[in-house]
Parts: sequence; structure tokens; C-alpha cells
Amino acid sequence: MKKMINKSTVTSFINYGIVIALFAVFQTLSATGNLSRQLTGLLIPICAYVIMALALNLVVGISGELSLGHAGFMSVGAFSGVITAAALQNSVTNDVARFVIAVVVAALIAAIAGLIIGIPVLRLRGDYLAIVTLAFGEIIKNVLTCLYIGVDSKGLHISAVSEEALGLEATGKAIVKGPMGAVGIMKISTFISGIILVLIALFVIQNLINSRTGRAIKAIRDNRIAAEACGLNVVKYKLIAFVTSAAIAGSAGALYAMNYSSITPKKFDFNTSILVLVFVVLGGIGNLTGSIIAAIVLVALPELLREFSDYRMLVYAVVLILVMIISNNQKTRAFIGKIFGVFKKKKEGEDN
Amino acid sequence: MKKLMAIGLSAAMCVSMFAGCSNSSDSNATTTAKSGNEGSTSTALTGTFNLGLIGPLTGGAALYGNAVKNGAEIAVEEINALGGVQFKLFAEDDEHDAEKSVNAYNTLIDQKVQAINGTVTTNPCVAVAAEAYSDRMFMLTPSASSTDVTANNDNVFQLCFSDPNQGTASAQYISDNKLGTKIAIIYNNSDAYSTGIYTTFKNKAAELNLEIVSTTTFTEDTQNDFSVQVADAQAAGADLVFLPIYYTPASLILKQAKDAGYAPTFFGVDGMDGILDIEGFDKSLAEGLILLTPFSADATDERTVSFVTKYKEKYGDTPSQFAADGYDVVYAYYDALTFYANKKGSYDVTGVSYSDLCEIFISVFTDSSFSSNGITGNGMTWSTEGEVTKAPKAMVIKNGAYAGL
Repeated sequence: MKKMINKSTVTSFINYGIVIALFAVFQTLSATGNLSRQLTGLLIPICAYVIMALALNLVVGISGELSLGHAGFMSVGAFSGVITAAALQNSVTNDVARFVIAVVVAALIAAIAGLIIGIPVLRLRGDYLAIVTLAFGEIIKNVLTCLYIGVDSKGLHISAVSEEALGLEATGKAIVKGPMGAVGIMKISTFISGIILVLIALFVIQNLINSRTGRAIKAIRDNRIAAEACGLNVVKYKLIAFVTSAAIAGSAGALYAMNYSSITPKKFDFNTSILVLVFVVLGGIGNLTGSIIAAIVLVALPELLREFSDYRMLVYAVVLILVMIISNNQKTRAFIGKIFGVFKKKKEGEDN
Repeated sequence: MKKLMAIGLSAAMCVSMFAGCSNSSDSNATTTAKSGNEGSTSTALTGTFNLGLIGPLTGGAALYGNAVKNGAEIAVEEINALGGVQFKLFAEDDEHDAEKSVNAYNTLIDQKVQAINGTVTTNPCVAVAAEAYSDRMFMLTPSASSTDVTANNDNVFQLCFSDPNQGTASAQYISDNKLGTKIAIIYNNSDAYSTGIYTTFKNKAAELNLEIVSTTTFTEDTQNDFSVQVADAQAAGADLVFLPIYYTPASLILKQAKDAGYAPTFFGVDGMDGILDIEGFDKSLAEGLILLTPFSADATDERTVSFVTKYKEKYGDTPSQFAADGYDVVYAYYDALTFYANKKGSYDVTGVSYSDLCEIFISVFTDSSFSSNGITGNGMTWSTEGEVTKAPKAMVIKNGAYAGL
């Protein structure tokens, strides 16, 4: 081997490759009519969950903080995205343009939410981020549950009381209706836009990790005192990771929401946060490839297990446990290592 | 050897991936036994009708989904026993989650269902209704009562009363029968069903000059203690407490009101149905509770008695209103298909695409001469908006049992 390629660059390109290959496979299947309706319906949610897993991995794996409220950022993104898209319904007629604007606004607002939480909490040591994000998720859920937003020719109307209190014109329509959530959403998410968002999220996260900033973040994770002694601004670097993660989670929320005609604040509760955390933990903390694969498998699995009807959640749990045991087993690891070893040797042989 | 294993493993992975993509058509169908006397009836309707059902069969709302499914299964058995057209029921779980509900809907399309009995709960129903609207799949929901379900969707019909109807009917009933002068309301403001009924009740009450003296709320996270709400109603001197909520929190309110020595008239809506079946619930607490519900398991008409007997025999449980709704939806489909077949002379429903059937169902359900008799109401008719018209029944709990008012 004459030319040394950076190992992290290889991993980055493997991740892009996996996403693009999956896109090619599903796109071909769907174009030839071989993709069942069930799987077609799963494509966009899978993209959204993959982005969520990537975002959370940035916080949990790279920055070493625990966030238990990432569904809260997804929720903020989902609702701000939906409201933006609905408000621009008449002024921006192109679906793609409206989608892009909605996702950008969603990411920005989620980033602001992340900043507000991050500034005070990331100054502390210990489990405070976990506690505060947990509370944040619940607060967002409860605030959105009593929020009413409508749009008419005069612009946006906001109320915390009831739909009538919005005082909409006859032509206006309510976008967010308290506990009912957002209804009558235009479905403008597509599989391609989902894949592009996954690639953007990967690009942002991988470049952040492999940059000077990323190394600083990892140094703080590994030894805060040593990093501080080197003159690193701990709060700043942690904040960079956390806010980036919040913004990406917000864009995932917008993608997710605009795939359904209605979403409720209740959807983004503690369980959803934990679900995403399960993707990250099962895929391997700090391992982006693992997060992608875990998110795809764990979202699709309960649906593909529908044939077991009543027993599917049981089977799902058994599969989870098996994955945990197998992926931590020395022998299986050695076995997988050997398989990759065969390929590696072959490659090296070709190079020479 | 290692290489061989690696190739074998990757091949297995590829196969499993494609296996996931294939259609699994009839594998998890909840089919029922065919009866022997096929062809003995004179109906012009023949063939096999695949009916999909979406509802929460697991999770927190599983009680409702399973009740609907059980009720529907009994109806399917009865219809199949008549001979002629055969119904096949395909039930899919949605865990009371919009995302899972759309997944269940997509699965049902892969299983080639021709119409849908569902979905059982409101929020998932709104999400599925939009999908069904763009696909042209007909839906008749047994219990999703919000107007958002039917709004702008010409293909979605309701078998239950819509929320606004329940709120208005309750206010009207209270006013007509002079049940109370000072009204307190306790409702769940994190629930669309509860909020929907509350809003219309409040508006109608203002119109009828009913005085609302106390309005308190709770959410799903705080439904373990109602002492504040009960105390507020008591302090305001309310003589009637309106509870547009489900029976689980309601049972606690009744208990805490009794502990506080507060005994107003309690008034509930259809979500209250089932309160007597809660395990360990002291039935004397519910004495005098009035509820507006379309179904009572204690009714004495022949059809209800037969349904309740069969249900108890098969599932060892008293059917709730949801079970009755599920049963009636299947019969509404049967009646609609028969109506169409009789009009046409003869009709074979086997393999008709769901989009063709959707237009047929829309035309039949909105036909002014079409009506369906069920155990939740006689002569049910539907408006073009998809709302049902049937008479609400008021029930009162006397000596630990429902009794008509």
C-alpha cells in the first residue's frame, strides 16, 4: 500500500455508499413494481428515523452527553415545518421549494431550542443534560397540546385557548388544533428528499467529527479535565455538537410530519426519544454505520413481523435481545472480523 | 471454507431482504368457518368480500380495538352462516398510533382488502383517512368520532355519533329534562375526543342558558388524582357534573367525589360505557350516573340478546358499545352490498377493486332510500358528509345495571 487513505474518510464513504446503495435498490424495486405497499409506506419514516439516530449519536456517541428528549426537537421541527409549509401554501406553489424552506425553518427553530437548553445545562457536569432534555420533551408535548394556530389572509393567528379564539376569517384554516395536533398537512415529503436529507445529515456530522472541532469534542468526552488543561472551551464545543444535533433532529421532524396528513404532539413523547436511543445503543454508540442499519432494521422489523400477529411484539423483543447478545459475543465478533479479514487480504493482494 | 461461508451468509442476507418485499397475502387473515348451507338464500349478492379492520389490538387502547374486532368477527360469522356472500376479515394492529395505523393500512392493501372497518381511534383515523382518500378506499369507522375524520373526505363514513353531535345532544338532554341548573365540567384537554365534546357542549349550553359554574381539565399524565377538580365543582355548588371522558378516569372521579361527600348528578357520554365492567369497581359509586350511549348490553330486543349471548360465549365478556359498533359496521357493509345487488339484479363482489367499490359504497350510503338496522340504532342513515343519523339513548345506572331512561 503506497497511498494511505485516512481510515475515517473510508468509513465516511462507506456510509454514503450504504445510503446510496439502499436508495438504488428500493428505487429499482419500486420502479419495477416489486415493492409491496407496506414497504413503500415505510421508506420515508425510515429516512426520518435514520436522521434522528444519526443526530442523537452525535450527542451520545461523539460528545458523550445523554439526551433523553430528542423527540422534543423532532416535535419542534415537525410542527414548525408544518406551520411554515401551510403558511406558504399560496405564496410558494412549488412543492420542492416549499419543502426545502420548511425543513430549513424547522432546523433553525429546533437549533434555537437546542441553544436555549444547551447554554445553561452544558455548563454543568454530570447527568443534568439527561434530566433537562427529559423535561424539555415533556414540556414541548404539553405546550403543543394546548396550542392553536391558524392561517388566513392576514397571516398567522396563535391562541392557547381554543380554535374559536383564533378569530380566523371564513377562508382561513386552522393548522394546529391543540390535542388534535396538526391536521390537513400537505404531504410533500418524498423518498428522494428523505435520502437527500440523510446524506446531508451524514455529511454534516461526519465532517464535524473529522474536523478540528470534532477532535476537540471527542477530547472533552474522553477527559474533560485534560481537555480544559489544553485550553479547550468545553461549553462551546459541547454546545456546537448539541445544537447541530438539535437542528438535524428538527429537519427529521419536518420530513416525518410532512409524510402524514396529521400529526399529534403525543407522538413525540418519551417513548419516541427512547426508541431513537435504542437505535443508537444497538447500532453502537459512536458508530454512525451502526445507527443507520439499526434504525432501518428496527423500524421495519415490527411491520415485517405482522405475520406473527399477536406475538409480534414478543418476537421483536426476542430479536432485540438476540442482537444484543450476538453483537457483544467475542466469538461472533471474531467471526465477523475474519470475514472482513478475508476481504481485506484480497484487496491488499490486488493492490500489490 | 471461510470464503464459502461469507458468500453463503451474504446470499442468505439478500434472500431475506427480498423475502421481506414479497406480498404476504392471506397469511394472517382472521377467517371464519364457512357454513354448509351455501346458496340456500335468495340474495342476488355472491362472491367473497375482503374487509380490513384497523384498530389498537395491543397497547393502552387495546380494549377498544379488540372489542371492535370481536364484534366484527361475530357479525362475519353470522353473515357467512347465511350462505351467499362470504366475508373475510383481515385485522391489523395500529397500537393507537397514526404512523403504525398508516403502516397497517398499507399492509391491508397488500392483502387485497376491498373496504375498511376502521380505524377505531380518532387520531390514527385522520391519518389513514387521508391515505384512503387519495387511494379511493372506502372507510366506515366504528368509533372515530371527530369531524376531522370525515371533513373533506367523501369516502369516510362514521357509524358512531360525531363529537359535536354528542356535545349538543347532551346539552339538549340536560336542558329538556331539567337535570341540573349549575353545571360543572371535567374534561381531558389532551384528548381530541374529550375537547371536541366539551367545545360543542359549552356552545350549546350557552344557547340554552345552562349555567356552567366550574370547568376543570386534566391530561393523560395527571389522571390519577381528581381531588382539585372535584373540590372546585363542589365549591362552585354544581348540582350536575358533565364528564365527556372515558370511563377509567371517570371511575376515579366518582370515587373521589364520594370520599369528599359530594353527590351531584353525573352525566357522561359514550366513552362512559363500560364503567360497570371495570375490575374491582364498586358499582354503588355509579348509582344514578346518566350516560348518552347508542348501545346497551341489557336491552331486551332479540338481536341485542343474541349478540350479547354469542359474545359472552365466545369471549367470556359483556360486549361494550365498541363491540356493538364493530358488529354494526360489518352489517352496514353487508346491507350496502345487498342493496346494490338488489338494485342491479345480481352482483358478484369477488375481486372487485377497492376503488370501484368505493364509488359504489359512496353512492349507496348517501342514497336516501338506504338504511341499515343495527344493534346501536334502527334505520341508520348517512349524510353526504359521512355522519350517521340515529337516535341517542340515555341510560341511567340503577342497582348496578344499565337501565333505559
